Amino acid sequence: MGNFLLKRIVATIPVMIIVAIIVFTLIRLVPGDPAAVIAGNMATNEDIARIRTELGLDRSFLTQLGIWGKGLMMGDLGQSFFFKKDVIGLIGERLEPTMALAFLTIVVTVLVAVPLGTLAAWRHGGWLDRALMGFSVLGFSIPVFVLGYLLVYFFSLKLDWFPVQGYKPIAEGVGPWLHHLLLPAFTLSIVYVALIARVTRASVAEALTEDYVRTARAKGLPESRVLIKHALANAAVPIVTVIGIGIALLIGGVVVTESVFSIPGLGTLTVDAVLARDFPVIQGVILFFAFLYVMVNLLVDVSYLFLDPRIRY
Amino acid sequence: MNATFKHVLKNGAVRFGLIVLSVLVILAILAPVLGTVDPAWLDAINMNQKPMTTADWTGPDNKTVPYTFLMGTDSFGRDVYSRVIYGIRVSLVVGVTVAIVSLIFGTFLGLMAGYFRRVDAILMRVMDGMMAIPGILLAIALVAAWGAKLSTVIIAIAVPEIPRVTRLVRALVLSIREEPYIEAAISVGTPTWKILLKHVLPNSVAPMVVQGTYVCASAILLEAILSFLGLGLPSEIPTWGNIMAEARVVFSSAPHNMWFPGIFLAFTVLAVNMLGDGLRDTLDPKFNKRGEKR
Repeated sequence: MGNFLLKRIVATIPVMIIVAIIVFTLIRLVPGDPAAVIAGNMATNEDIARIRTELGLDRSFLTQLGIWGKGLMMGDLGQSFFFKKDVIGLIGERLEPTMALAFLTIVVTVLVAVPLGTLAAWRHGGWLDRALMGFSVLGFSIPVFVLGYLLVYFFSLKLDWFPVQGYKPIAEGVGPWLHHLLLPAFTLSIVYVALIARVTRASVAEALTEDYVRTARAKGLPESRVLIKHALANAAVPIVTVIGIGIALLIGGVVVTESVFSIPGLGTLTVDAVLARDFPVIQGVILFFAFLYVMVNLLVDVSYLFLDPRIRY
Repeated sequence: MNATFKHVLKNGAVRFGLIVLSVLVILAILAPVLGTVDPAWLDAINMNQKPMTTADWTGPDNKTVPYTFLMGTDSFGRDVYSRVIYGIRVSLVVGVTVAIVSLIFGTFLGLMAGYFRRVDAILMRVMDGMMAIPGILLAIALVAAWGAKLSTVIIAIAVPEIPRVTRLVRALVLSIREEPYIEAAISVGTPTWKILLKHVLPNSVAPMVVQGTYVCASAILLEAILSFLGLGLPSEIPTWGNIMAEARVVFSSAPHNMWFPGIFLAFTVLAVNMLGDGLRDTLDPKFNKRGEKR
């Protein structure tokens, strides 16, 4: 198992190197003179020259890549032009709201989607099953920001149950934190519920056709035990896999949801950075999210060992 | 082929999707004659009008006419109905073009990766790297680099989709190349390009069409998101996303500016997704083998 872990961790390195190269190339895609474009219309020639040196645009592609890569190894993502701070520090400041939103969304999703999917599979073709399938097509189609505003309209403006926007750090108490975050998390979880409930339904339905389920029923186990201990446990691997893949979807959704609810997290940081053409920040945030995605999927792979005793690497 | 076509059209989801999309295409083409006005024209007197209000509207030609604002106006005095109707154009063009562009590149790369082992190793690592970057972020970053024009928005949205198509086509090629008819073709000395074009490609069309529909749906959403975040096309070109971006400022007093484009957007994406689901159910090759002769 230690051997497997090591191999799997080593396998993430080439992926991250390619992500780093893609992110690095980004700034080279700016048409014309990137330094002039980034500096803006008001910039003097000295400003442009300074930005050019700061970005290393006056050196060759490979030299630059080398310098940049070396910085990355040391955890140096460069300096933000706009905020005049280390990118890594900036990401650190904005980390909590984003992680809180993502975490709460996953919790809400799993609590809703897994039971729903399991029940739908259990009563295959029944009303819940059909309702769930209809809902999941809808869930994939309704844009997260339209949904966000719908919920804000009803639950914040009309009913006044939740604040319209903003974020309270968890340090100020779990109550206010949850109060501010529940609506955004619910908004974001809809598409995710649609995805995971669908996969849960499909894999539980498949498990329910297996011989061991028939055996379990034949020996008189209660249905709840058959469903949870036999069907759901055997359907765990595809469900966890799709949660891992769905992280990319979730991160995209976080950017939009933060914008709708004015949550000062990494998503808002990204949008602000793009509007200010603050490339070091854009690059840093993308690298960070890609790293997160790779790490979550590493964890997912490792979790197979615990979820399915048959899997031995 | 005709029988396949009839078989596909029997599916309710396909019919729903096709009808909604046909209506949208007609609306998009006929936009100028559907009682719309210049969607970019700012009329300072008619700011934040409620839906269905009739008021004097002064156009770019300085003529004042009575006009009913079906969906109200935004905070710049632009007619939301006209903007929503013209906005169909951008969404459909982006959706279809992104689907075509990503299918072309993805198919080419997928064929290469699936058929040539040496290309495979390198190419698929690059694709893994691209897939590790969330699609929205990659598109946002590309638009940031290139600036927001229709062409750059289309490419920026297509780039993150390409690895997904590539993976699909590669998987199809890997399974098709094990088929006896490919072995037969190789053994009679058919050149590789001919095998790829005449044998592999036609056998992967159905799943690619389905994938293309899903790409189209997600491209329409992504374009709206870019515009909504204020990173997409400038507001002279009306898109559902940028109508909603402007609606945010006055949301508590004029929420309808959010709902009208929102309903169009959700309905369009729903129609495309249903079309995709219907095609997937009807074009499934296993089903075809069971059901009918081609």
